[in-house]
Amino acid sequence: MKYAYYPGCSSESTAREQHSSSLAVAHALGIDFIEIPNWSCCGATPAHQTDRLLAASLPAANLLIAGEMGLDVVVNCAACYSRLKTANHEVTTNPELCKKVGEALGREYDGSVNVRHLLEVLLEDLGLETIQNRISHSLNGLKVASYYGCLLVRPHEVTRFDNPENPISMDRLVTAIGGESLDWPHKVECCGGGLSMTRTDVVVKLTDSIIGMAQDAGADCIAVACPMCQINLDLRQSDIEKETSRQYRMPIVYISQLLGLCLGISQSELGLSKLMVSPSTVVDAVVAV
Amino acid sequence: MKITDMSIRIKKGKTGKEIINTVREMSGVDLSVCFQCKKCSSGCPVSGLVESPSSEIIRRLQLGVGDEILDSDIVWTCASCETCFARCPMGIDMASVMDALRALAIKRKAAVPEGNVPLFNSAFLKTVRIFGRTYDLAMISMYKIGTKTFMKDTDKFPAILKKKKIALLPTFGADRKTVKRIFNKARQNKGN
Repeated sequence: MKYAYYPGCSSESTAREQHSSSLAVAHALGIDFIEIPNWSCCGATPAHQTDRLLAASLPAANLLIAGEMGLDVVVNCAACYSRLKTANHEVTTNPELCKKVGEALGREYDGSVNVRHLLEVLLEDLGLETIQNRISHSLNGLKVASYYGCLLVRPHEVTRFDNPENPISMDRLVTAIGGESLDWPHKVECCGGGLSMTRTDVVVKLTDSIIGMAQDAGADCIAVACPMCQINLDLRQSDIEKETSRQYRMPIVYISQLLGLCLGISQSELGLSKLMVSPSTVVDAVVAV
Repeated sequence: MKITDMSIRIKKGKTGKEIINTVREMSGVDLSVCFQCKKCSSGCPVSGLVESPSSEIIRRLQLGVGDEILDSDIVWTCASCETCFARCPMGIDMASVMDALRALAIKRKAAVPEGNVPLFNSAFLKTVRIFGRTYDLAMISMYKIGTKTFMKDTDKFPAILKKKKIALLPTFGADRKTVKRIFNKARQNKGN
């Protein structure tokens, strides 16, 4: 199994641990992630809030290169995933914009390159049975609140990922590697996304509500699949404490890190020490099978 | 959200031109089909934090509001989570309407919003234009200088540096030529 891997800008900065853990997991499961050469930024939220042509063309530049590789694209970051899929949707449904994107890139792009999230590759292409056969360790009943956030599931017309109101793919993976997947209501609530620096007050309110709900559901940790969700839920716990005196100390771990632990990958390769809230309770829960 | 006063007053704006048609041209979204079920506002994570929630923004646009709508705090408090679009029974893509309102707010020089999201966006895109990828440190510096918020989040710097949670230097692996071309074309297109 081979994919054109789009790392996204966070992979070089705030989410290096998501990058390294995903690559390690893919390697352990025998999946080839071939980095898209000379990949560039998808534009993220600032591009689509600024200009529609810019927002469609930046992802399309990367999809063009992936198309030449003849491979499906795999993405870790939910925000990149959303922008890449939206670009495909825009060029296939809006001929006028498609023409302008072609002019901006200097080459035509028809929107035909398939974009997949790591979770889709693991569950749909590889399958849980294969993963279960490969794991050497188990989460041993660790209570995990799977948090999907916004951009994997919305808008459903664009991403077609799982169920937009009650996704279960991450929960199924958690169960397959021995965790207890919690039924909780904030799976697809918004963490505030790109407002982390600009409207920290908003992000603090939203993350407080999400982490509080996970705690009430009995979670030992929250599993995420997006660098923005991760940093908002992780970094802002100290601000929540300052504002509300609520002290959560809730580990916010990437799903690739949880899977990596069960595949016997070293903690340093999984970048566990990069998380702000210590994931030691998670690490301690893992047992050999 | 004001619950006591249900009436909506609008101004036609200086130009006397309704914004709803411009928004439709920019986003391709037809807001006339909204029948005010308010599902968008019910699911919106920032409804309780803004003056007018999204359903009211739609109603104001339907009534023919002018440029004053661009000063609404929801325009820049909206986190683009797309819950409004996901739950609208009429399939109204409110997230794209918000993008159109933001672009108009910049073009028509609306008031600088709390947190100055437009400055953050322009700092972010500036680093992408130069390096082809984001460069967090430069972006954060530009934003902090522009908003004079030097001390905010400094309590987190030691841990972030110790954990190497942020890149200190930019990377140069991107196809910068194509990225520059895209930015130039997008700018030319805006002028049309």
